[in-house]
Amino acid sequence: MLPTDPTKKLSFKRNISDGDLVIVYEKHDNMKAVKVCEKSVLENRFGIFKHADWIGKPYGCKVSSHKGGFVYLLAPTPELWTLVLSHRTQILYIADISFVVMYLELIPGCVVLESGTGSGSLTTSLSRAIAPTGHVHTFDFHEQRAAAAREDFERTGLSSLVTVGVRDIQGEGFPKDLTGLADAVFLDLPQPWLAIGSAGEMLKPDGVLCSFSPCIEQVQRSSETLASNFTDIRTFEVLLRTYEVREGKMDHCQTEGGTPGSRPCKRKHRTSEGSQWEQEHSGSSIVMARPSGEAKGHTGYLTFARLRCVA
Amino acid sequence: MSTLEQENHSNENRRITWEGCSVLLDINDGDRLVFSRLTAGSIVKIGNKNYPLQPLIGCPFGSLFQVENGANGPCLSRVISTAEVSNDEDKKECDLKDESRDNRALIDNNTAQTLTGDDIEGMRRQGASGNEIVEALIANSATFENKTSFSQEKYRLKKQKKYAPKVLLRRPFARRFLRVDTLSLLLSFANVTAHSDVLVVDMIGGILTGAVAERLGGTGYVCNTYRGDSPSSIEIVRIFNFGDEINKRIVRLPLADLSAPPNADSKDMELLQASGSPVSMEETTVSSKDGRPTTETVASKVHKAAKPGEKASEDAIKLWKENGFSSLIIAAPEVDAWGIVKEPLATCMHNLQVEKMAIGLQITEPWLREYQCNLM
Ligand SMILES: C[S@@+](CC[C@H](N)C(=O)[O-])C[C@H]1O[C@@H](n2cnc3c(N)ncnc32)[C@H](O)[C@@H]1O
Repeated sequence: MLPTDPTKKLSFKRNISDGDLVIVYEKHDNMKAVKVCEKSVLENRFGIFKHADWIGKPYGCKVSSHKGGFVYLLAPTPELWTLVLSHRTQILYIADISFVVMYLELIPGCVVLESGTGSGSLTTSLSRAIAPTGHVHTFDFHEQRAAAAREDFERTGLSSLVTVGVRDIQGEGFPKDLTGLADAVFLDLPQPWLAIGSAGEMLKPDGVLCSFSPCIEQVQRSSETLASNFTDIRTFEVLLRTYEVREGKMDHCQTEGGTPGSRPCKRKHRTSEGSQWEQEHSGSSIVMARPSGEAKGHTGYLTFARLRCVA
Repeated sequence: MSTLEQENHSNENRRITWEGCSVLLDINDGDRLVFSRLTAGSIVKIGNKNYPLQPLIGCPFGSLFQVENGANGPCLSRVISTAEVSNDEDKKECDLKDESRDNRALIDNNTAQTLTGDDIEGMRRQGASGNEIVEALIANSATFENKTSFSQEKYRLKKQKKYAPKVLLRRPFARRFLRVDTLSLLLSFANVTAHSDVLVVDMIGGILTGAVAERLGGTGYVCNTYRGDSPSSIEIVRIFNFGDEINKRIVRLPLADLSAPPNADSKDMELLQASGSPVSMEETTVSSKDGRPTTETVASKVHKAAKPGEKASEDAIKLWKENGFSSLIIAAPEVDAWGIVKEPLATCMHNLQVEKMAIGLQITEPWLREYQCNLM
């Protein structure tokens, strides 16, 4: 998933090879992760797709089934992975994830501790941020989940960046051998305050902790515990609003040249094909964005704090 | 990965300041944020006094400083934090006994304070520390005793800010800038990671460029492209404290040079400016609520180092023309009211849809709410 080997940089035109993990895109809300295997086929409502036909094609390509139906084959990214992974627990989504990665100040080379691993949705983005030289140590006390997550990181090619441990973090804290090594700690636990003491021991001075909790009571309790060793305690909620774009007919009074609505055509002036397109649409329509449905509802609160720097 | 490269990575993640590094000074708990470069001669002005920044060199980020009277006048000196913790406990105790007190008997006039400005200057001259002055002010306040502990705390804080300012030493990170929620979403959707080649159109002063470079950690490239022949300013990048390794990865290139066919003479390129660029289709565009972050810079002599934003090398351009970039990010400041921002985005999305140039298109807007719930 990540270009940790500089010779296989992301921007380099990569072709699909046997054994790759690809994201099969039918629609924006219908995607699936598939391991390419020369002898396999993919069957869906569009027909049967032979993996063998995919090999050698560039990522992003459109491929056809025996019936002429088609899907796109995308290179996996943490964002896509979050949308296709198998939900073994509640997971974090893009809005929370990107904010966490930013606020934890993760950059290549950082060491991050995480608990619980859950379905590994966040872990995937954490590893992207700390690659190629950093490391994510993630812990879940649920043995099966830890094993499933480990398998996933194997599939997504992240296993060299992530170590999954089975451990009761609320009961035992993080392993002592990580003391003082962490640039950041992330907690998604039912009683995070029980792990905060240990998290403080793991962090480097000035390191950042984040705790995700669905309920404000949990936030309250964590904040109280944080107050003894941490500073800059702040709690946020991130919501995401999506807009849809519609092309609407304009009122006649607005159709005279130079309205914003005619702007989409401008780029097309140069080519003959473009001027045709322009004629069809000229002046009569406007592109509008409007919020689609509700903003993504409450997922939880993110509480951040910084380990106090003791002189 | 060679050991040399590894060293450089850990370098970029240094947790102790060094001479010449950029820092963010948080004065009085976020009252004022000042970007400074730590040099032997640099200073910060708090109130009407100048304080040399020399004592901050070699201290860990996160250290707290207070004003003390040194041999050569007031200076910043590092606070040992254990005292602060016990202070908090004291506070809790008095929280309990304050229920019966309120401020109904308080008279708002200036006679409540018996210490005069001259008295305070006198104390200063005799070497009283800022905290001692604050304590004296409290002791000489006729009304302090009758205030609720909440207002007592407020009074103390107000006096402390004036007479005993605190300076917190911070690392300048991308997240310190405005609209961190939007910025973080851009970096995620654009899949910015080590070894990627990111094309940006940064019209917000370099915040975007710096934030991408931070994630690249001295690998890959962030290439800032622009129309015409004057690159947009990326002045803010200087503040990020990047070492040479990272600065070398920040380059610029006019759009015309990218759009031109590989063998064209670069002199004739201006004409080709508006033609489609061979970049990947993933496009994330965003507006910043306020394109101008409120930063103050303390000028000081600049040390010789790799400058960010040099023109991209011929080799790099050639590779990009062959292989494309891994992502394109465009960031423009909000021009006007709410509706106008989305118009270019809507148009862009519509064109991509109509011309079937991209899939998975979306326009999203993050919404950040902060909760106050720590001081219970
Ligand atoms: C909501 S999930 C985490 C989801 C994860 N953030 C993601 O994005 O996929 C919480 C996880 O914490 C684990 N957990 C709960 N209590 C724990 C404990 N005491 N020690 C370690 N893990 C624990 C659970 O097994 C569960 O997998």
